[in-house]
Amino acid sequence: MPPVENAELLRVQDLKVHFPIRTGGIVFGQYTPLKAVDGVSFSLKAGETLGIVGESGCGKSTLGRGILQLIKPTDGKVVFLGNEMTSMAGEQLRAQRQHMQIVFQDPLASLNPRMTVGDIIAEPLTVFFPKMSVAERKAKVKALMAKVGLLPQMINRYPHEFSGGQCQRIGIARAMIVDPKMVICDEPVSALDVSIQAQIVNLLMDLQQEFGLSLLFISHDLSVVRHVSHRVMVLYLGKVMEIASRDSIYAEPLHPYTQALISAVPIPDPDLEKNKQRIVLGGDLPSPMNPPSGCVFRTRCPRATDICAQVVPKLEEKAPGHQVACHHWGPPAQALV
Amino acid sequence: MATDITGGTKRAALIEKAGEEVQGRSLWQDAQRRLFANKMAVASMIVLGIITLMAVFADVISPHAYDEVYWDYIGVGPQWENNHWFGTDANGRDLFIRTLYGARVSLMVGIVTTLVALIIGVTYGSIAGYFGGRVDSLMMRVVDVLYSMPLMFFIIILVVVFGRHIVLVFIAIGCVEWLTMARIVRGQTLSVKRKEYIEAARASGVSTPNIIRRHIIPNVIGPVIVFVTLMVPVVILVESFLSFLGLGVQEPMTSWGVLISEGAAQMENAPHMLIFPAVFLAVTLFCFNFIGDGLRDALDPKDR
Repeated sequence: MPPVENAELLRVQDLKVHFPIRTGGIVFGQYTPLKAVDGVSFSLKAGETLGIVGESGCGKSTLGRGILQLIKPTDGKVVFLGNEMTSMAGEQLRAQRQHMQIVFQDPLASLNPRMTVGDIIAEPLTVFFPKMSVAERKAKVKALMAKVGLLPQMINRYPHEFSGGQCQRIGIARAMIVDPKMVICDEPVSALDVSIQAQIVNLLMDLQQEFGLSLLFISHDLSVVRHVSHRVMVLYLGKVMEIASRDSIYAEPLHPYTQALISAVPIPDPDLEKNKQRIVLGGDLPSPMNPPSGCVFRTRCPRATDICAQVVPKLEEKAPGHQVACHHWGPPAQALV
Repeated sequence: MATDITGGTKRAALIEKAGEEVQGRSLWQDAQRRLFANKMAVASMIVLGIITLMAVFADVISPHAYDEVYWDYIGVGPQWENNHWFGTDANGRDLFIRTLYGARVSLMVGIVTTLVALIIGVTYGSIAGYFGGRVDSLMMRVVDVLYSMPLMFFIIILVVVFGRHIVLVFIAIGCVEWLTMARIVRGQTLSVKRKEYIEAARASGVSTPNIIRRHIIPNVIGPVIVFVTLMVPVVILVESFLSFLGLGVQEPMTSWGVLISEGAAQMENAPHMLIFPAVFLAVTLFCFNFIGDGLRDALDPKDR
């Protein structure tokens, strides 16, 4: 894993993305906010990978789109390279997009089926360098295709003529062509085969090393996140539960939700797997339109007490570089592995 | 590598050595192949091509002029002696050349009007669909209001105000037909704009007009093309109907609708006056419909 520089690249402050949902009929209905992301704060350094984990519907992808301003955040700040993004619009915002790109979950769906691979990869170039000659553009696309592991001769092919892993490489090439400072990877490997997953993850890490990229790696696969991340952030119902360095979060998770997540990771050793203690959470994810009072996790938390229903726990640093939002934080009752 | 059964690896290695660019096959090319495999569609295209060529070169094929009156041959049947291959009409004009001139007008009305409707409808519908929300509601309510206007009433008003002219028929039919096109395009746009590649384009900083032009329109145009080929015969029929009522083209210019109307009046004593233009009209409509069917199968093979 490449070393991290100290310069702060991205700061997200109390970011909220709420969607107004109409409830209770057309005539007497009213808008209830669906709090997909509710007060998330973190920062990202140049060259760093922050893994974002959480179960389905916890706001991981919405957070990524909120940062990129693909969905306008309801409240909060996104400071990227010293510029406040949320107040930007139009041309100003478009100019910023050169430095922040995204890789999507579904490789084939994220490529326009009517365009050749060369045109798809070159599209950001046509936006940010409209004066670049056609030959120069083509040479750049071919060089990058070779770098991401595609045959440059395939430049005139169409997306449906490629496999899922190859399509994801095309998506990565499109994100990398304008030399961004940060790439948001929105579950880049969850739609792929396990063997292909490893290739794509390693490709992303190689590119990160070569270009000094920062990655926001959104995933629900804790093993993959462990492999790529410097730090890991755990989300639940749009709120941050815990942020810590990779080693400390996997070795000693302090939040009961993180502990439950980590105990669910399968261990590739049948003997260990058989004897492992799993923390099983009861119930379902509550509705983000009507989240529980106090701590949002209390309805499923094995440690919940009265205070959890009344006071929202603050995200505080409980150990060096280890932030937890829990009233009853502490190491797990028994060893997880 | 050499023992590879399919030869795929060997070929890949060869390609790599040569370093040549491989040409991919686009979805359009796939559709084209499927279309040309469809016998009815290909036959229809050939027949339609022949009719079009005949209409274009009418003056070369026939020795007669479309408005020349032969006093000795009024309402006679087909004959070879004086080259009245389809006979003459009730005013003694050669029916063959008049049928071909009618083809010119009918095909022109069909194609020009459809193209106008296509351009307006695709632009309008994709903008309404892409922006959504209030813009969409407002734009589509305008379409709804125009939709409620009866076509015949509209045309009669136009004719009364501006006098009889073929351009009015273009305008009138075009005004009505783009509405359906706009609705179809809007619906398709609504589904396409949620696709991830549109979001990817937005994330890459592509401007909104370019997103609509490069990403939305090429992906909604499939069903639109099918609709266009099925719209051409409808427009031809409407024009024929208008001419039948006497609201279309002006004498001595003619169209299939006018010819059929005149033929219908002489149906008992000179049936050829009805049969020839009617056959041409029917064959043309058949051809457009078969081509439309073929295109639909070719562009959306799942839907067959």
